[in-house]
Amino acid sequence: MRIAVCVKQIPDPANPGRLDPDTNALVRDEKLILDESDSYGVEMALQMAEATEGEVVVVSMAPNESFGGLRTALAMGADRAILVSDEALAGSDALGTAKVLAAAMRRAEPDLILTATESTDGYTGTVPAQIAELLDLPAVTFAKSVSLGDGEVTVQRQTETGYDEVVCPLPAVLSVTAGVVEPRYPSFKGIMAAKNKPADRLGIAELGIDAGQVGWTGARQEIVEVAPVPAREAGEIVTDDGSGHERIVAFLEELKIL
Amino acid sequence: MGVGTVWVHVEPAPGGVASISLELLAAARRFGERVEAVCAGGDRDALSAAVGEHGASALRYLELPDEALVGPALAASLAAAVGGSDDPPAAILAATTYDGRDVAGRLSARLDVPVITNVTELAVSDGALVGIEPIFGGTTNVHTRFTAAGGPQVFLIRPKSFQATPTGGPPAQAAELPAADCGASGAARVVGRHAEESTGPKLDEAAVVVSGGRGLGEAGKYEMIEQVAGLLRGAAGASRAIVDAGWVPYSQQVGQTGKVVKPDVYIACGISGATQHLVGMKNSRNIVAVNKDPEAPIFGVADLGIVGDVHKVLPRLIEALQSRD
Repeated sequence: MRIAVCVKQIPDPANPGRLDPDTNALVRDEKLILDESDSYGVEMALQMAEATEGEVVVVSMAPNESFGGLRTALAMGADRAILVSDEALAGSDALGTAKVLAAAMRRAEPDLILTATESTDGYTGTVPAQIAELLDLPAVTFAKSVSLGDGEVTVQRQTETGYDEVVCPLPAVLSVTAGVVEPRYPSFKGIMAAKNKPADRLGIAELGIDAGQVGWTGARQEIVEVAPVPAREAGEIVTDDGSGHERIVAFLEELKIL
Repeated sequence: MGVGTVWVHVEPAPGGVASISLELLAAARRFGERVEAVCAGGDRDALSAAVGEHGASALRYLELPDEALVGPALAASLAAAVGGSDDPPAAILAATTYDGRDVAGRLSARLDVPVITNVTELAVSDGALVGIEPIFGGTTNVHTRFTAAGGPQVFLIRPKSFQATPTGGPPAQAAELPAADCGASGAARVVGRHAEESTGPKLDEAAVVVSGGRGLGEAGKYEMIEQVAGLLRGAAGASRAIVDAGWVPYSQQVGQTGKVVKPDVYIACGISGATQHLVGMKNSRNIVAVNKDPEAPIFGVADLGIVGDVHKVLPRLIEALQSRD
């Protein structure tokens, strides 16, 4: 079985983000890392591949040649990587991203496509459903447990009140929530092996995508204003000397919670 | 100022409609000359009454087979309805919920229109709707509008962004939304629905939310959070870090990924306050933070900050609260 995992390479979330003053796009020029949200999909794919003697392909889109995040996924054990990288992709929105990833999937022909529920930096949360719709595939989003059957998966899908049990034939798209499996750390051996694993770099032309479908033009939206939000008024900060809990109780009494 | 007809994706809930859907109707009323609700499944009469009371004049109702997921079925039917309508909507609003994102994502791909996501406020500029979305943990707002003509403008709205306000209107006129064939995309089947046992109030409705983070040190210590939440008749939440670590389920996550909460009091314990978390709770009316690192960003939004060890402060707090009962 072939499992494709869509991963995003993002600036380290620990660093403060900033916008390009000319384009208002997120600045992504620093070293990019694997979005931690994607490590769950990679781990799940590895477990499924191990159980089925299958193959794991990690796929990412970036406006530049960033490869750091894909390398991490390869070091975890993925078999090969596809990077769709093209200057024309700068400024792409979620639908543009989904079009590119869907085109890459048509080429990779996986039995199962895994994604995170949303990226940490852009957090639109629409790409998994968009990819599925573009490929005319079923999708189960917000999967918190997945078991692989014969030509189908059984998924516990998060709902507002609990979860639904969903049976979905393959091929399909699944978006998985954090904590669904425990991602492995890349081993030293894995890191070394990653250097020699196949990695394809594709431009949009090779995927048959017109530049007008992606990037700023394809996004068909404009940022008209960027405004700082007034900071919350500073509160009272006290150091616990053994009576910190009393301060909390007094605060709750003041608010008539107690 | 009106922008034409606005369709609102409303979601059924036991006894009627989800509270988030009422928030969306309030948002739509501010800009729509005509507000119509669209819904898949649920109690049609109860939905019609509830959305009418909140200002919708019509309800387009899709019969949903028990086994079907909402996303593909509703997106296909909506796309067909938009195409065949003599009063196509200027905008379609859906919520940043599990089903709302499926519907908006699939509809966007089907109609080939973009979606503006994570909207917490809407405005009108030059006759066009502008979505306002928080970035960088809510320290900056970005105002975005669509540039292409044609096709409805699709917005995904974050919960707790608008105040639901009834208009006292009559039940919305209900009409069937014809089911469109969604082909292979509709092949997933729901074979069971499970409601999780919960004793206290819901996380996004509770007046008090007590959340724990990595500072708790180990999964077992989360019990302290549940205990404090229980004693305050509130709900227990979590930071992404400990959800990722598998200590608590995703359904309890507060933040950018996860639930948006706006309780009277939010108590953050052992949570540093990453931007990811702040965006989900910084609009709480009052915030208390307990963290041993005085530099933790959570103190930047706290009304009361206790610089201290959660392993000392929480047991004392539990004892103090228990002694009051």
